[in-house]
Amino acid sequence: MKALIMNTHYIVFAGILMLMVIGLFGALTKRNLIKILIALGILDTGINLFFIAIGYVTGKTAPIFSKQGLSSGNMVDPVPQALVLTAIVIGVAVLALGLSIVIRVYEHYGTLNVSKIKKMRG
Amino acid sequence: MKKPGLKKRLRVKNIFVFLIVLYFGFQMFSVISFLDLNNVKGVAKYYLENDIKDTQSANVVTSIVVNYRGFDTLGEVTVLFLAATGLGAILSGHRKVKKQKILANTMLQYGSKPLLAIVILFGAYIFIHGHLSPGGGFQGGTVIATGFLMMLLALEGYEIKHGYVKWTESLAGLTFVTVGLIGLVLLGSFLANFLPLGKVGDLFSAGVIPIIYVAVGFKVGSELTGLLDNMMGVIE
Repeated sequence: MKALIMNTHYIVFAGILMLMVIGLFGALTKRNLIKILIALGILDTGINLFFIAIGYVTGKTAPIFSKQGLSSGNMVDPVPQALVLTAIVIGVAVLALGLSIVIRVYEHYGTLNVSKIKKMRG
Repeated sequence: MKKPGLKKRLRVKNIFVFLIVLYFGFQMFSVISFLDLNNVKGVAKYYLENDIKDTQSANVVTSIVVNYRGFDTLGEVTVLFLAATGLGAILSGHRKVKKQKILANTMLQYGSKPLLAIVILFGAYIFIHGHLSPGGGFQGGTVIATGFLMMLLALEGYEIKHGYVKWTESLAGLTFVTVGLIGLVLLGSFLANFLPLGKVGDLFSAGVIPIIYVAVGFKVGSELTGLLDNMMGVIE
């Protein structure tokens, strides 16, 4: 805990954890399917930010050799950035897939409430 | 009679869930405090130090995505393809309603047409310069898809030609796999670099990285465009 408070960007982590907690809470307690998907989107954003924040090193630059004299010792961790790069696009596609399933569910049952759908038959 | 009881039970459950989620948050917080956030080490250190020697790509993130972990990226593009295809399959047979409730005004209708060309140019710039600047196929493809989203929202009855989208997507995916297979045939491993590396900072450098990233850009752009087209106009 001490090392965390020494670190200058612990407040960033607090915000990220808040996003993740809000997303998880929403996904577990909401009854509306679209609200559940929104909560999952918030959780997704929180996790992506979490990866990026872990890779960040205070005072170092982006991992791009954009000008002469930049050494590899002055750069932040590139691996989380590479992972998040693809995760964002895939997150969008998966969210769209989920929304399309929600459209079909609404057509079939006439409601978006999960509790009501559970009670129905067929 | 039943309803208040159900609601109360839900509220009690919500408090439980809230406490559990809060506990999860604290656990995450304690995990973070154990992390060493002041050094880059392990495989990341190797990537940073050997990037210029191995790939001559100025952007280390690009060389990880396309070169060191190129096979992983092929898998991720496949996941994207499956999501887009699944969405098309789920929403197939929908009667599309292309009427807008209120027509977009004239400025928007005529302004969006030249803007589409500029947006596509910008997206192409982003994915062609993926190995030199903070950009790449995924970002450029997304920018292109936003251009088509603008057209779908601004113009009534705007249609994206499915044939072109499918052909672009297939050819881009085929290019990715073909480049990988040529590496397999010539150098003995999938996605091996068989082109001259050039000098770091040049447009034609970094071997196969620009080719693959342009293919990824076209693939992501056409997939997201098709996805948007499937999602548009399904409300009846």
